[in-house]
Amino acid sequence: MSDAAPSAPATPEKTSKLRAQARDASEWLAKVFLSPFVEIGALFKLLWESVFWGIRPPYRGRLFVEAMEFIGIGSIFLVSLTAVFVGGVLALQLVDGFRDFGAENQTGAVIGLALAREVGPVFAALMVTSRAGSAMTTELGSMRVTNQIDALVTMAVNPVQYLVVPRLVAGFVMVPVLTMLFNIVGVAGAFFVAVGLLGLDPGVFMDRLKWLVDWDDVSQGLIKSMVFGVAVTLIACRQGFYARGGAAGVGRATNRAVVQSAIAILVLDYLVTSLVLGQGFF
Amino acid sequence: MPPEVKDDPIHVRIRDLHKSYGDHHVLKGVSLDIHRGKTNLIIGPSGSGKTVLMRQLIRLENPDSGQLMVNGIDFAKLEGLNLAAMRRTFGMVFQMSALFDSMTVFDNVAFPLREHTGFSRKEIRERVMDRLAAFGVAAAAQKLPAQLSGGMQKRVAVARAMILESEILIYDEPTTGLDPITTEMVDELIIEAEEMFGVTSIVISHDMASVVRIANYLSFLHQGEIAATGTPEDLLHSEHPATSEFIRASRISLDW
Repeated sequence: MSDAAPSAPATPEKTSKLRAQARDASEWLAKVFLSPFVEIGALFKLLWESVFWGIRPPYRGRLFVEAMEFIGIGSIFLVSLTAVFVGGVLALQLVDGFRDFGAENQTGAVIGLALAREVGPVFAALMVTSRAGSAMTTELGSMRVTNQIDALVTMAVNPVQYLVVPRLVAGFVMVPVLTMLFNIVGVAGAFFVAVGLLGLDPGVFMDRLKWLVDWDDVSQGLIKSMVFGVAVTLIACRQGFYARGGAAGVGRATNRAVVQSAIAILVLDYLVTSLVLGQGFF
Repeated sequence: MPPEVKDDPIHVRIRDLHKSYGDHHVLKGVSLDIHRGKTNLIIGPSGSGKTVLMRQLIRLENPDSGQLMVNGIDFAKLEGLNLAAMRRTFGMVFQMSALFDSMTVFDNVAFPLREHTGFSRKEIRERVMDRLAAFGVAAAAQKLPAQLSGGMQKRVAVARAMILESEILIYDEPTTGLDPITTEMVDELIIEAEEMFGVTSIVISHDMASVVRIANYLSFLHQGEIAATGTPEDLLHSEHPATSEFIRASRISLDW
C-alpha cells in the first residue's frame, strides 16, 4: 500500500481554466496553419476582382502608362546594376570551376542558360519587389489609412479598377521586359569578366552561348517573369489596399509584402519550372 | 425626380439600422430623419457608433439590416451600377479631408468631373475655378494638399465633395483637432455650402460648440441608438439622462 497522499480532485474553476487554455491553443494552431490559405484565398479574390473590373470601361490609359513607367522605367538602373554584378560573379565562379577539368570554354553557354531560365526572371522580380513592390504597398497603405481609398468609393470610382488594375497590368508587362534587360546586361557583365579579365576567347564565349541557348530557354524565363510580375504586384497591392492601424500598420504591411513576394517568387519558380519541363510538381 | 419626392421635407429616412462586427453589436436599430436643405447634426460620445453610422450612410459598409430611404429609394438595398449612381447623390468630407496627396488642389476638385462627365477641358477648368473661388481657395489651385493649412484643406474637400452638385453632404468630425478659429471657419463653411447651394448637410460630431452655431436639427447617438432627436433647443431640454449629461459636460447653455 502506497503512503503517497491522493491527488486533490480537480475543482470546476481548474477544469474550466484548462479547457480555456486548450481552446486558446487549438485556436492558435488553427490560425497558424490556416493563415497561409486565408492569405492565398484573399489574393485570388483580389485577382478575380481585378480581372472583373479590368475588362470593364472606363479604361484609364494614363494610369497604365504611369504604372508602367514606375515599375519598368524606374527599375532600369537597379536591374542593370545587379545584372552586371550577377553576370560578373557567375563568370568568376564558372571559369574558376570549369578550369579544373578544362571546360572553361563552356562558361558562356552555362551563363546564358542560367540567366535566361532562372537567374534573370528571379532576380528581376526580386528587384521589382524591393523597389516598386514595397513602394506600392506604402502608397496604397497610406491612401487607405488616410481615407483616400474611401474617398474614391464615395465618388463612385471603384478603387480596385482605379488603383490595382493598372499596377497588375504594368507588372505583367514590365517584369518580362526587365527580365530581358537583366539577361542582356548580365551576359555583358559575364563577357567583360570572362573575356576582359580572365582571358577567355570572345568568339568561343559567344559561340558556345548561341549554341546552347535557344528561344525555348528565353521563353521559359519570360513565362516565369509574367507569373512573377502578376504575383508581386498582386501581393503588394493586397497588403497596401487592406492596411490597417496608421503609420505602424503601413510599415507592417510593407514588411509582409516584401517577405511574401520573395517567398512567392521562389515557390512559383519551382512550380512553373516543373510545369514547363513537364516533370510534375514533386 | 417626382415633385412629391423633391418637396418631401425629409431627405433621408433611416429606419431600424443594425450593424455588428462579430459579437459586437454597434448600431442597435437606429431610426432617424434627415431634413432636406438643413444642417442635421448627429452627436454622441466616443464609441457611440457615430463613425459606423456614417460608414453605413454612404455605403462604405453594408448594414446588417434596416432601411436607408433616400428620395424614396432604399439605398441600403442597391448594388452594382445602381449603387454607384446613387452614391453621386452624396458628397463626403472626411475628418482628415482625404484629398489625394499626389494631385494638386485643381486636380483633386476636377477628379469627379473627369471621372463622371464628358465635359471639355475648358468646361472643367471653368467649373473647378468657380467652385474654388466660391470657397476662397482659387489662389491655391496649383498647390499640393500638403502645402495647405487644415482649414484650407477642408475648403478644398468641400469644393470637391460638391463639384458634382450632390444633394447631400456628409461631414465626419469636421472640426476635430482644429484650433478654435479654424473650427469657427469650418462651421461657417458648412453654413455657406448650405446657403449657396441648398444642400442637405449631415454633420457627425462631438463638438457641442459647433452644434449651437450651425445645427438646425440635432440627434444624440448613445450606445448604438438614437437617444434623443429634435431641434437643438429640444435636446438642451431633454430629460434623457445620457443626453443631458453629455450636454451638461459640454457646458452649453440655452443663452448662446
